[in-house]
Amino acid sequence: MFSDYSMSELTAIFAMQGFAGLILFSVFVLMALGLAIIFGQMGVINMAHGEFMILGAYVTYLMSNLFADYMPALFGMYFFVAMIFAFFASGALGMLVEWSLIRHLYKRPLDTLLATWGLSLILQQVYRSVFGAREVGVSIPNWMMGSYPITDLIEIPINGMFVMTLAISISLAVYIMMYRSGWGKQVRAINNNRQMADAVGINTAWTDRMTFGIGCGVAGVAGSAFTMIGSTGPTAGQLYIVDTFLVVVFGGAGSLLGTIASAFSISQAQSIMEFFLSGSMAKVLTLLVVVGILMVRPQGLFTLKLRK
Amino acid sequence: MQKAQIKHPFLTRRDIIGYAILAAVIFVLFPAILDSFRLNLFGKYLTYAFVAVGLTLCWGVGGILSLGQGIFFGLGGYCMAMFLKLEASTPENTAIQSTPGIPDFMDWNQLTALPWWWEPFYSLPFALLAVVAVPVIFAFIISFAMFTRRVSGVYFAIITQAVVAILAILIIGQQGYTGGVNGITDLRTLLGWDIRTEEAKTTLYFVNAVLLFTVLFVAQFVRKSKMGRLLIAMRDQEDRVRFSGYNVASFKIFIFCLGAAFAGIGGAMFTLQVGFMSPTLIGIVPSIEMVIFCAVGGRMSIIGAVYGALLVNWAKTTFSESFPELWLFGLGALFIAVVMAFPNGLAGVWVEKIEPLIKKFWPGGAKDTVAPAAKPNPAE
Repeated sequence: MFSDYSMSELTAIFAMQGFAGLILFSVFVLMALGLAIIFGQMGVINMAHGEFMILGAYVTYLMSNLFADYMPALFGMYFFVAMIFAFFASGALGMLVEWSLIRHLYKRPLDTLLATWGLSLILQQVYRSVFGAREVGVSIPNWMMGSYPITDLIEIPINGMFVMTLAISISLAVYIMMYRSGWGKQVRAINNNRQMADAVGINTAWTDRMTFGIGCGVAGVAGSAFTMIGSTGPTAGQLYIVDTFLVVVFGGAGSLLGTIASAFSISQAQSIMEFFLSGSMAKVLTLLVVVGILMVRPQGLFTLKLRK
Repeated sequence: MQKAQIKHPFLTRRDIIGYAILAAVIFVLFPAILDSFRLNLFGKYLTYAFVAVGLTLCWGVGGILSLGQGIFFGLGGYCMAMFLKLEASTPENTAIQSTPGIPDFMDWNQLTALPWWWEPFYSLPFALLAVVAVPVIFAFIISFAMFTRRVSGVYFAIITQAVVAILAILIIGQQGYTGGVNGITDLRTLLGWDIRTEEAKTTLYFVNAVLLFTVLFVAQFVRKSKMGRLLIAMRDQEDRVRFSGYNVASFKIFIFCLGAAFAGIGGAMFTLQVGFMSPTLIGIVPSIEMVIFCAVGGRMSIIGAVYGALLVNWAKTTFSESFPELWLFGLGALFIAVVMAFPNGLAGVWVEKIEPLIKKFWPGGAKDTVAPAAKPNPAE
């Protein structure tokens, strides 16, 4: 299968596909980070995670229209404002959902799964009623267009680079929040032993709400970043939810590093195979390998050693 | 102290009444009031009841939530569809193709010979065996790998969902072998018997109903056997059952395979009654909808599962015909309501609200209705 290509072409193919994989990796990481907080730390299955992401994407879409209509001079900047709004919109919705739904179901994880699936259906229909069934795209500011040539054959799109930078900085922010801040310590304490955490004076109910809100907010930012490389439709979130859960489970729930490592391996495998096989077969093979590994090693790649 | 002898009758009086009412509804009421088109539609809903009954055993009783029942429903359906498709693709019927004698979609995808794994499906006994065996083997592989490694709860649910995704992508991607996203369509006869006529559809409805009752009784038997009680114990306190010396994994594998077999039969009956099978019926979304059939009926109730499947599907047809926007809101609200407000579904409403009413007005009637403690059970 390699004989048809020359050596330099092969290098270019691998580099380009590898880079496409890196963009996919960034998207996976962005989506999985929110889930790693909610599922990994709190143990809550949020099937509506994709819809929180899409909310961020729609907020970005609204912002881009707003800036284009009223502040065209600042259009180059809109994305950063949109990201902040996306974070708070998804985060606020997340806290509302936690308060009204999730907090009653902490002891029934399977029921949480069903309830949040119901929520995702409702949100999808809301998006469809408000924004229409057709996919919407945002206009990308000029500085993000085009690509940066490295050699004659290898070119790197700038929006992809931007999404990657974003993924790295948000991962860092989440890492600092979870492992280097007092709040992160509280979250992990609750994850380890809720009753003890309660007994030493941590406000568990409030911490849960904040954690869920921040996880959803990160999803909103992911959705915001998502608009830079693709269009947004009401059901776009559902397409990614299985992949995202697999990324988190494959990495080992509760391990941030594991999530990133598994996002990296899954996305790279998929995009490199995509060049040689059809897209659907590449996906099937990747998922099969992941499920196969999970059957042999159900705890995922990285595991925390915990007494349960 | 005398040891208390606890009786576990196969059918209590209330079970008998419940099954009798259900039988009256399915065998008498529906055929009497519905025209042939609607009856066929309700027959289709009843094929989902097979899946819902399987889920009652797996999820309600055993605590194993599978988001992948669509796989088994689909595998059963595809096995049946492959047989029917081969029968419909005689060289005479397909004379206009460049390769006569193979299914039309293979011809469209430039296949010139029947793939080897299609060959056995020329035989009806093989196809009927495969309807049950293929889903069971598949379920065995998944559940053996997961349960012997003590994977359960949400992890198992996510893995089953991933397997559904894989299978759906595979079927859609491999157009030449599976018919792709359109599925296997244009099915005509079963051993020369035209399944598209109205009489055939009515006959198939009754065949389906009889099969459903067989499945219901198997489920009832398992539920009332020692194994059924062990499953409940495992759902609530898995470690204690393990420490008592039971091999927890093998019970879970068995019940999961049984659920898969039920779903496979349902899928085959779906193909026969509706006349096609396609990946859109077995993907992630339909698979999770199957869980709601079971949840609406009452996750512990076998009879409830049938009513749940009927009610949700009937509502889906009715609402999505006239108010497509409302349906998703309704379905979403149903998921939330059934978890938050009615964890025991229709069966719970019946036991908690309607039976006390009946007792109030007709005190002598329901003597031995020993209402089981109907409290929301943590499904894990």
